[in-house]
Amino acid sequence: MGRGILGTLNSMTNGLHTFWNHLTKSHTTIRCEPNGPISIQLQNLSVSYPQNPVISGLSCHFDAPSLWGIAGPNGAGKSTLLKTLLGIQKLKDGSITFHGFCPCDVAYLAQQNQLDRRFPLTVGDTIAMGLFREVGVFQRYSDIQREKMQAALDQVGLSSFWRTPLQALSGGQFQRVLFARLILQDAPVIFLDEPFTGVDAQTINDLMRLLELWVREGRLVIAVLHDLDLVQDYFPQTLLLARHFYKWGPTEDILTKENMQASLAASRSWESMAGVS
Amino acid sequence: MIDFFISPFTDYIFLRRALMACMALALGCGPVGVLLVLRRMSLMGDALAHSILPGVALGFLFGGFSLPAMGLGGFLVGFLVAILAGAISRFTILNEDASFAGFYLISLALGVLIVSTHGTQIDLMHVLFGTVLAVDSVSLIMVASITSFTLLSLGIIYRPLVIECFDPGFLRVVGGWSSLYHFLFLILVALNLVAAFQALGTLMALGMMMLPAVSSRLWARHVWSLFLLSSFFAVISGYFGLLLSYHLEWPSGPSIILIAGLIYGVSLIFAPFGALKRQQGMAQ
Repeated sequence: MGRGILGTLNSMTNGLHTFWNHLTKSHTTIRCEPNGPISIQLQNLSVSYPQNPVISGLSCHFDAPSLWGIAGPNGAGKSTLLKTLLGIQKLKDGSITFHGFCPCDVAYLAQQNQLDRRFPLTVGDTIAMGLFREVGVFQRYSDIQREKMQAALDQVGLSSFWRTPLQALSGGQFQRVLFARLILQDAPVIFLDEPFTGVDAQTINDLMRLLELWVREGRLVIAVLHDLDLVQDYFPQTLLLARHFYKWGPTEDILTKENMQASLAASRSWESMAGVS
Repeated sequence: MIDFFISPFTDYIFLRRALMACMALALGCGPVGVLLVLRRMSLMGDALAHSILPGVALGFLFGGFSLPAMGLGGFLVGFLVAILAGAISRFTILNEDASFAGFYLISLALGVLIVSTHGTQIDLMHVLFGTVLAVDSVSLIMVASITSFTLLSLGIIYRPLVIECFDPGFLRVVGGWSSLYHFLFLILVALNLVAAFQALGTLMALGMMMLPAVSSRLWARHVWSLFLLSSFFAVISGYFGLLLSYHLEWPSGPSIILIAGLIYGVSLIFAPFGALKRQQGMAQ
């Protein structure tokens, strides 16, 4: 009986939810075609902050299953591209089309420094957020969901950390927790912004295995990275981005000396144009 | 013993009312304060507390010294300022804290001006520093209603609100109403400040929220235990503050806040996450 009432409350909040999203979501031009295999298509994409073009004329496509690294100089628009794909940043021109999924099927891992690592939550509380869409605002976690959470912790090598407070974790362990949360979100498309910054080598290695597993499961994984060695070692596909300059394809074809120099030159020429020294 | 700790409250009805008001206030302000601290919005809370003053003054202008009129005015203006400051930080180069600082200075000046030109010096003192000993039944019911509403709302939106505090970007991506929870939370802050203003005045209303909350942060490690501890500290401050103010004839508002300050000081040194324990931890 209690479940019934909670269920009703949940569906009521979900209805309100959609309404609120409709009211507040900035209208980006992300188009959705729910059928067909999963892929993202960018057509002549331009994004700019006021009087400051960040990305211009970017056309490419990412098809699942694949593992993409987005590399490029600092301030070249890598994170901005992710934010645009998430619908947080508006487009100036061009279009984004999602095939085979909708924006709510995306899981996103923000840069770690945007979170308060001393926040009073336990590891269990934190990964449980990954199930938010399943359980909603009121529902209890079922036994099956608890088992899923334990399995996710096992997968990131933190089996016995359920009750550990976040503030007791190292940088690497904290990142493992966030990956466990991603596992629980079970999304077909996953965006990661600098997932390996401030993380030890062992953890990078373990988490990369996880990314490769996700790709084998048929997902599309896109990560922004400033560390070119990482991209070279682990990522089969690369988008090299520096404002108006971009190259995309198999990593060994993209991360060549000429391309790297061209990308640096592109971001420098913009800086001198904008008067940034 | 009983004479000292209990009799004042059994003998005088105004003290009893004041104690009930403080306890109701403590139950609502505790959790709201903890959330303010966790969202790193302490400064913004401060600004919001001052910005309810012109609303209170307008209420005073039209309704005289009645808490419902002043409370309503305070809530409306405080909320308006919160919205405006948010909008200004979005549309101009100013940060939210900077635009809040601008607003609250103007509000403070405006409020003091209205009360002093239309009332006495004593009215002004009451508005700025509170009159918990003059709480009547209507005010008591108002404070209790605000507390009940606060606790009920927090109970309903607890899960998404905590997620929103920890990782707002995450909630947005999984399709939660991130901005709605922020908005609801601002309403709760404004409501509780209005409730606290009667007891502590606009200048110290935030004290009942912030001091117990930062103290509890030094002791507890879960959001729910922070809530409980913060409310507990606030209740203790209210009780001992009133007791001190009765026996020593100190003004009640400052006594309450000073007790809360004392708890904070002790926590800073002796609590598990305070200075001493951390030093020990580093030495090991």
